[in-house]
Amino acid sequence: MTQSYVIPKPSRPWRPSPREKALNIGLLLASVVTSYALVALTEMKGKLAYFFVFFAALALFNMARGLITKDWMNGRDQFFSVIMLLGMTIVILPTASIIYTVFDRGRKGLHAGLLTNDMALATPSDPITSGGLLHAIVGTFLLVAVASIVSLPIGILTALYLTEIKGRFTRPIRFLVQAMSGVPSIVAGLFILSSVVYTVTKSYSGLVGSLALTILMIPTIARTAEEVLNLIPNDLREAGVALGGTQWRTVAMVVIPAARSGLITALILGVARIVGETAPILLLTGGGDAVNFNPTQGAMGSLPFYIWKSFLLGTEESITRGWAGLLVLLVLVLSLFLLARFLGSRRTK
Amino acid sequence: MSFQSKNDNKEKAMATPSSLASVAANGRKPGTSTLGIGLEARGVHAWFGKHHALANVSLDFPAGTVTALIGPSGCGKSTFIRTLNRMHEFIPGAAMAGEVLLDGKDIYEPGTDVTKIRLKIGMVFQKPNPFPSMTIGENVLSGLKLAQLKNANKDDLMEECLVRAGLWNEVKDRLNAHGGSLSGGQQQRLCIARALAVNPQVLLMDEPCSALDPGSTLRIEETIKELSETMTIVIVTHNMQQAARVSDFTAFFLADGGPGEMIETAATSQIFSQPRDERTENYVTGRFG
Repeated sequence: MTQSYVIPKPSRPWRPSPREKALNIGLLLASVVTSYALVALTEMKGKLAYFFVFFAALALFNMARGLITKDWMNGRDQFFSVIMLLGMTIVILPTASIIYTVFDRGRKGLHAGLLTNDMALATPSDPITSGGLLHAIVGTFLLVAVASIVSLPIGILTALYLTEIKGRFTRPIRFLVQAMSGVPSIVAGLFILSSVVYTVTKSYSGLVGSLALTILMIPTIARTAEEVLNLIPNDLREAGVALGGTQWRTVAMVVIPAARSGLITALILGVARIVGETAPILLLTGGGDAVNFNPTQGAMGSLPFYIWKSFLLGTEESITRGWAGLLVLLVLVLSLFLLARFLGSRRTK
Repeated sequence: MSFQSKNDNKEKAMATPSSLASVAANGRKPGTSTLGIGLEARGVHAWFGKHHALANVSLDFPAGTVTALIGPSGCGKSTFIRTLNRMHEFIPGAAMAGEVLLDGKDIYEPGTDVTKIRLKIGMVFQKPNPFPSMTIGENVLSGLKLAQLKNANKDDLMEECLVRAGLWNEVKDRLNAHGGSLSGGQQQRLCIARALAVNPQVLLMDEPCSALDPGSTLRIEETIKELSETMTIVIVTHNMQQAARVSDFTAFFLADGGPGEMIETAATSQIFSQPRDERTENYVTGRFG
């Protein structure tokens, strides 16, 4: 069969034309010029002034363009588009600034032995290349692992009670979980200190630190998991039960697998909540300088403790060590997130 | 009119439940269901909280027949069909009265194992709802896993159910794809295959074709006709032509201000040609609803 038409070149007519693009860049430049001019000519000063004058000018210029080329509605549309851009910038700038500062300063504290040595034999004023933060990484991993092992089942079972069983205590439990998620971390630390350390163990250990972290982690996991489970359509539960499954079989085989990636997100958020938590760690773990693989006994270091202690010591070397610790913590959290994203999005088989 | 399309309507209507049951007892293929003597609703009422949704429905579903429930929206058809396999109780605040007899035994009797009841009385829902975390093959066999049934020959069972649901040819090369990758009509047939795998005696279908295109609807109607050889089928439908095409008996429901009631039930050909009640006639001729 012969082709009766010529295949046209694919085009995107909804994209801005070169003329519109030029106008966009023009308005952007005009806004930059305006912000410089206004800051120079008026009494406004500082980076913040440049920032806000720039966005105000950009919003007004774009609105004017909309008003002139189209109508009032379009002008308003253009104005609020710029306001959205402002909101996004306000969110992204501090985050980017934090990441940049941590990488910039932490980079100076990096050395070959950072991840393989501990601080048992290094003093605060030793050169940066001596010592390392192996003990802190091991400690943080153990603290988070123990807290997750305890919190994940409790948190998910709580969420299942709230969404699947819907028993008589649903409302008080939901209220308690919400109230618990607002508990300051120092309160969790003091609670474990007075109820477990002073009465039972009588010593610092990683385990009691994990217990305090558990108090902070359970409500985060339970609330997130509840929201995720509420998103699973009721149709699926009915279908499972209509096929002759008990409620437990239906939840275990249908509801939880369907919510899997969301439940993994709940775990990530729980870990994110506690991994940088400092107050209860200061009270409970003792913060040793040597690697300790046993969470039940002895002082246990952790990254937040290491960072806190390094800054407290105040020598130039130890402050650099503190920034390096922050960098490692940041990278650790980031890679945990990426790993969990990967696991959550991967489908079985 | 096309309402007389099913020639064997009358023959089936004449057959008494007991004769059907003896046929069922004698020559059943392995893997197909035992028909039993059917399902029977006696004086069923249903409430949602204080709202009386359904009043005093008594209806027989003889084994091996297809019964269509028709009526305008909000007349209690779906509520009624959900009382037949105890799905009604899943709605918070729901209540009921009356008896539903499966082979002469009340499924609401205290001490009844409700999961066993739902194994015998399967259900296909209005919206296709394959399990998203499972493949097509796993979806078909999910009932076995949910109810913890043993089956030595899962591959054969999977094929048989998909063949009976009229889906085998379309999916045989991609049984490991996810259920959600199918079209709406295919998903609904997958749900039918899933319901068949646990070998129910009765299959309840709550508007199974309302979300589907005419082609898929036709496939499902063919499936229903084939299935009626081996099981009792109850189907809720808004489509009167569909009721006429697939069913042996039809029951007309109506809520006239108060709770929904069953106005009339008879052989499908009679409901559509000479209904006894004026309201039924008005509905089936399209004067309202």
